[in-house]
Amino acid sequence: MPSIDYQLAEYSDLFMLLAAFTYTVAFLAFTWDLAKSSKTLRAIDQKAGTVQAAVPAKKAMVPAGAPTGPEGSNRQWDASSAALTADDAMGYTGERRNAARVAVALTVLGTLIHVAAVVSRGLAAHRVPWGNMYEFCTTGAMVVSIVFLLVLLRRDLRFLGTFVVGLVLIMMMAATIGFPTPVGHLIPALQSYWLIIHVSVAVIASALFTLTFAMSVLQLLQADREAKARAGGRERLGFLKIVPSAQSLETFSYRINAVAFVLWTFTLMAGSVWAEQAWGRYWGWDTKEVWTFVIWVVYAGYLHARATRGWTGTRAAWLSIVGYLCVVFNFTIVNVYFSGLHSYSGV
Amino acid sequence: MKPEPDSETTQTPPADTPAADTPAAAEAQTPGGKKKRGGKRDDVALPALGLTGTLRWAWTQLTSMRTALFLLLLLAVAAVPGSLFPQRPANPGAVTQYLEDNPGSGPWLDRFQLFDVYSSAWFSAIYLLLFISLIGCVIPRAKVHWKALRSKPPRTPKKLSRLPEYGTLAVPAGTGLTAAEAARDAAQVLRKRGYRVEARDLDTDRPSVAAERGFAKETGNLVFHVSLIGVLASIAVGGLFGYNGQRIVVEGDTFVNTLVGYDTFSPGTNFAESQLAPYSITLDDFDVTFDRQSSTGNVQPLDFTASVTVKEDPNDEPRTETIKVNEPLTIGGTRVFLVGNGYAPVVTVRDGDGNIAFQGPVVGVPTDGVYTSLMVIKAPDAQPDQLGFVGFFLPTALVDGNGVSFSGDPDPVNPQLNLNSYYGDLGLDEGVPGNVFVLDTDDLTPLNNRDLDSGGIVLAMNQVQDLPDGKGSISFDGLLRYAALDIHYDPAKFAVLIFAVLSLTGLSASLFLARRRVWVRTGTNDDGRIMVEYGLLARGEDARLETEAEALRGLLEKKWMAGGAAPQEDGPDTLADASVAGSAGRTEESGKDD
Repeated sequence: MPSIDYQLAEYSDLFMLLAAFTYTVAFLAFTWDLAKSSKTLRAIDQKAGTVQAAVPAKKAMVPAGAPTGPEGSNRQWDASSAALTADDAMGYTGERRNAARVAVALTVLGTLIHVAAVVSRGLAAHRVPWGNMYEFCTTGAMVVSIVFLLVLLRRDLRFLGTFVVGLVLIMMMAATIGFPTPVGHLIPALQSYWLIIHVSVAVIASALFTLTFAMSVLQLLQADREAKARAGGRERLGFLKIVPSAQSLETFSYRINAVAFVLWTFTLMAGSVWAEQAWGRYWGWDTKEVWTFVIWVVYAGYLHARATRGWTGTRAAWLSIVGYLCVVFNFTIVNVYFSGLHSYSGV
Repeated sequence: MKPEPDSETTQTPPADTPAADTPAAAEAQTPGGKKKRGGKRDDVALPALGLTGTLRWAWTQLTSMRTALFLLLLLAVAAVPGSLFPQRPANPGAVTQYLEDNPGSGPWLDRFQLFDVYSSAWFSAIYLLLFISLIGCVIPRAKVHWKALRSKPPRTPKKLSRLPEYGTLAVPAGTGLTAAEAARDAAQVLRKRGYRVEARDLDTDRPSVAAERGFAKETGNLVFHVSLIGVLASIAVGGLFGYNGQRIVVEGDTFVNTLVGYDTFSPGTNFAESQLAPYSITLDDFDVTFDRQSSTGNVQPLDFTASVTVKEDPNDEPRTETIKVNEPLTIGGTRVFLVGNGYAPVVTVRDGDGNIAFQGPVVGVPTDGVYTSLMVIKAPDAQPDQLGFVGFFLPTALVDGNGVSFSGDPDPVNPQLNLNSYYGDLGLDEGVPGNVFVLDTDDLTPLNNRDLDSGGIVLAMNQVQDLPDGKGSISFDGLLRYAALDIHYDPAKFAVLIFAVLSLTGLSASLFLARRRVWVRTGTNDDGRIMVEYGLLARGEDARLETEAEALRGLLEKKWMAGGAAPQEDGPDTLADASVAGSAGRTEESGKDD
């Protein structure tokens, strides 16, 4: 077994720290963008409001439009802010948002440093960099930000930046504070090529679930705000103006969840094959297996809910959130506190 | 269970609200249609249902999407307790311990089968109902799909402009193209793109092409669900005919694959002893490599290798093999897995009469990473009193500041036994099976421990210690390692794998393929131009419908206008007029929205 390169491992730690700092600044920039954009929007709204005041009948018409479905009513309602926000298709509008540009640039920089950190960790240990909790967390966070940046190429999801980069930061903090593990060799149980297949796909699926979790939370907030706005209530959570309608959030997170669900199904199957290889049985209701199954069933429920009348929208979003909480639970509580065959994950 | 007829969908395409054709609507067609029947209170709550009516109603309820969703979520919740409480199949010892520690709640939990969650009545009820519901949903859907597979693409709607994606093309006059040829060309383009195509009314002045693709989406959906049933059935078959067993083999020991050769054995329902192939495995050597380079100072294992000599048959030539974690040995149709290892100190116990009461390796149960191993030695043959020993084996014994011994390393640098001894009735004579790793000391009299004048027994290798009161002696003669082997036979596991792969394929098809319909209608304008209009409709959620429309447009343009003539975007007005004129002879409803 080749010996571990501790010098390189130290660089890895340093890169990890630098990446976290960069993300922190990116996080602040994203937040600044949200605050600034919603301020601009409020100004526009106020201007529009003075115009509307002259036509009081207009306001009464909005609730009347509500029964036509969320899509129809939003469009009318969001019309004033359409110039700045990501639209329902979440395409780029060409509007300059300097804070958001800085934030994205910093996220790219942070991700590059992060990749350097993860890769050097892997090179230092001469193996894939996902053999313990610290490495799952840091590599997972890296995949989250890479996936986020890839989606940004096609769609304007910058409104998600605060939440995604925030979650990435939380994951990196959890890794360095909660599960600090010096670089080391793999224990015999993990010495298998299935580690590469099973865990990498699990990490990618979890990263996608992280994105949809953020979108589902926003969807709930947005749906609540839309309902209030239709009822003519007072406006709160102004930053949501920059966020697309609840309907389009739902549609997009459904597409991502579909991909993530297939990957999770693969994770479960690859895990079974590995379990058969290592322990002689493909399924044994080990705590980790139980929770992987629970997550699978919850997201299966989510996909079915989307096809069940009365379960779309808010309820489906809740299922997506519950599914993600199960992912987090499976990763943290189950790994740390539950005993089982999987409890070798380096804590 | 009648989904909307295809024609109906296409006659009233939702022009402004494609949301009406989201999967919610599309998928709910099947179960939703059923629900309508069962869910209408006026129909159902009336008294004259009768037995068949009630059964039909119950069936309808069970197979509805809402119920399936409910059962799914219930299944997720029901699986959770299995991770909170120890489970008998995985860890029977932990269950016994739990029951002892919680005499109040334990039996109640047991009554509700919370220690056997995955074979419990309630868990089984949930998944069986779920699968019945699934079957009840899949069969009608398969019928509908079978019909759809053999039916022709739906009729061309009157007003293509009301479809979610709509466009027009005008081929300049003078290319020699006729409307019918244009329709044929369009049909060819669509066919190449994987559509099932039918050209219609080619001999009229308004020929059209109807095309549909993406049947594999529903096929995938059905394959996915059927494969899940296949997985469950295969697991059941494996449970019937498979078996597994455990055996601890100390270096030099031989395991022979017979029922008595196993320490524990779990046969399937239909297991017969004749299934056991007569092979044998001898553990020649067990090698362990530890990582001492680690900067934390924690020693962690790098490699476990069991070197074995196997014979497929008592008369066969022996051959040597190795078994590692993740690298099982395949022999006699079974697979042998290395699942654990530890130390087995060799001890000799002499009784008060000076005779050997016990001699041989004793398997220690490792309790931590440095192999501090729990030792239990029972000498029921000792005279005049039976002798028992409980304590720890320390591979590298060190003493801390409080004088307590601990193991500092997993390798046997300074092996040491730290034991308490007892005499009395070990309770083995009643024939009640007991755990070899547990000594019940309640009815025994202590001979050696730290609180007695005699002190605890501390033995280094090759040392002997006499017991007080001439009860005998114990010696630590040598040290061996052992391997814990799991032997598994599951005849159905490949079937499980095949169904799993099928279900993954089906799932991907059902989630990522799109079912789309395309119609193209052509006509000749008064000025000689060939007018083409096309419309696309997605069945179910389809984010790429617009891209598909663009791609089709590009292909059609390439077909007709490669000569350099710029494609002309024609105002829809012209065509809308033409389409009304062209369809005058047909009997469909029109202008509903006008």
